[in-house]
Amino acid sequence: MTTTGEPATSTTPPAKQRTRTPQRPGDIVFSFSAKAAGVLILIILAAVAAFLVAQAWPAIQTDSTELSERVHWLGQGRTLLGYVGPLVFGTVLAALIALLIATPVAIGVALFISHYAPRRLATSFGYVIDLLAAIPSVVYGLWGALWLMPKLFPAFQWLADNLGFIPLFAGPAGDPPRTILTAGIVLAVMILPIITAVSREVFLQTPTLHEEASLALGATRWEMIRMAVLPFARSGVISAAMLGLGRALGETMAVAMVLSPGLAYSIFLLQPGQQQNIAANIALKFPESSGLGVNVLIFTGLVLFLITLLVNMLARWIVSRRAEFSGAN
Amino acid sequence: MKRIRYGRIAAIVTAGALALTACGNDPVESNTDGGGDTGGSEQASVSGDIAGAGASSQESAMQAWIAGFQSANPDANITYDPVGSGGGRTQFGEGAVAFAGSDSVMDDEERAAAKERCGDDAIHLPLYISPIAVIYNLEGVDNLQLSPATLAGIFDRKITTWNDPRIAADNPDAQLPSTPISAVNRSDESGTTENFTEYLSAVAGPAWPHEPSGDWPVQGGQSAQGTSGVVQTVQGGQGTIGYADASKAGELGVAKIKVGDAFVELSAEAAAKVVDESPKAEGVPEGDLAIDLKRDTTAEGTYPIVLVSYTIVCKNYSDKAQGDLVKAFVSYVASSEGQDAAAESAGSAPISDTLRSDVEASIESIAVGS
Repeated sequence: MTTTGEPATSTTPPAKQRTRTPQRPGDIVFSFSAKAAGVLILIILAAVAAFLVAQAWPAIQTDSTELSERVHWLGQGRTLLGYVGPLVFGTVLAALIALLIATPVAIGVALFISHYAPRRLATSFGYVIDLLAAIPSVVYGLWGALWLMPKLFPAFQWLADNLGFIPLFAGPAGDPPRTILTAGIVLAVMILPIITAVSREVFLQTPTLHEEASLALGATRWEMIRMAVLPFARSGVISAAMLGLGRALGETMAVAMVLSPGLAYSIFLLQPGQQQNIAANIALKFPESSGLGVNVLIFTGLVLFLITLLVNMLARWIVSRRAEFSGAN
Repeated sequence: MKRIRYGRIAAIVTAGALALTACGNDPVESNTDGGGDTGGSEQASVSGDIAGAGASSQESAMQAWIAGFQSANPDANITYDPVGSGGGRTQFGEGAVAFAGSDSVMDDEERAAAKERCGDDAIHLPLYISPIAVIYNLEGVDNLQLSPATLAGIFDRKITTWNDPRIAADNPDAQLPSTPISAVNRSDESGTTENFTEYLSAVAGPAWPHEPSGDWPVQGGQSAQGTSGVVQTVQGGQGTIGYADASKAGELGVAKIKVGDAFVELSAEAAAKVVDESPKAEGVPEGDLAIDLKRDTTAEGTYPIVLVSYTIVCKNYSDKAQGDLVKAFVSYVASSEGQDAAAESAGSAPISDTLRSDVEASIESIAVGS
């Protein structure tokens, strides 16, 4: 790098000349349109945030006793934060379950595609994974509700009978199992493709020299992956997981179709009617809501917006913190 | 947001319709007459566009009515937007739609808005009676009978197993298993829930301590979105019980409900009969057929768990074309032909002849073009 850099610095005059030359119309148009596109994104984001705040404002401002009187489904004496709290809990819980299930599987699939499968199989396998990402969430919901649930029930019942002493698996298991664990499993299947696709790309970026070096030192394939590929790809896998988490947090239709909602801070994964996620709650409540009820729902939407923003910032922070160790530079 | 947008679209549609009908409607009106159709032979075939909006409970019946009406009146075009009862009443009050469908009666504020819009009162016509079935899935029990207090106990999640003595008392002959009960309710706000809880709070006494509400009042337990979601959840588990529009019950068991001293099986006649047994609502304008549903009736052969959905129309339409079309359409809906069409496609209970003659009188009283 340094040796090739020195000649470049000695040829500075042409570079200066280039800056002096007048820009062609194409340059101006392109730089303007690129700038406009960049600014537009910010404007849209700001507009969404402004809309959410403006529409949620009446609900924030209204006194809590008046609010629970005028929005009857809020429940007696429930404040706005008391309503959003369990929803946030349910949203995060479902997304975390999904992430816990999906990430290891996705890493395995991605490693198989990038390092184990024969090249021709890997390509077609990659296509299939990408195809999974294109399935609409309502289809996942139908699949979960009609096909998956009856298959899950015996397993859930076994969990409740044998591991019921762990609070997470306390019974009785709901029949049909319209519970947060089912929702988490369906969400896991939904976010699997995106985590797999991004991880696969990152694994393929591992410098071949690193891989060959570790193999030359006598490492087995698994050791090579553990010592060369995984450390290199760690930050990429984390951001892939965060992308998946973002989708799981905002998923509406599939959750609405497989979960019996409830508003409790409950960690019972096998009992129906305990938790609910924000987006599904909005979908269920919006059609018959009016006035302040809509404002309350939009407030929950604002909270979801903030959560996803936080998750993304967290992912950025993790990635930037890890970057120096990854060997990517 | 959605509602407002629909309102605007509906307004545009209606405005467009008015403009079109104002242009060249009258000459067209006479030339489609002459078909041998018995339903439309007494009055000239009507034409034009009108829009309605409101209760989604009426949606499939409304589709049958629109199809039946338009086949008799090919130049008429009627649309119905199932935005929900509240949305329908709001749009009606704003003048965005010519008629509304609603599961509940307008409140004073909405009545005032409707009065301003119509220039006269608006009236409710109970044209859609939909029995609500108590559906269950329990192997080995085919003939479940439930008294109101037992039903309330089950749905309040106080009775938790099928061999509970209270259920056994209602079913002396049945072999009841010890399966746990999963009571399934609607997770979205719905007219079905509202009517079901209204029934429970009217009849079950202390066994049902909750207020009637479109939103299920008991926390926890199984729930699902929409009628089909409830039916599918009941179907998907063992020992489940739920409530749903009778037409969607499918192959599931339907419980008999205790009325007076007997257990009544759900039927269209029994459901229509409870509407006849009910007194008219108080303080309503002339011609308004809103009723105070008598859920606690003890009359023989009535099935009191019903959803009654109203068609709300003006008593006065200043636009003649619109008024004529509304009158013709609502007359068709009330006719035995229309009611049978709805029964066939939506599983509703046809209104009785007594109610029909009242409805016809009310429709007759609607003033048009003044």
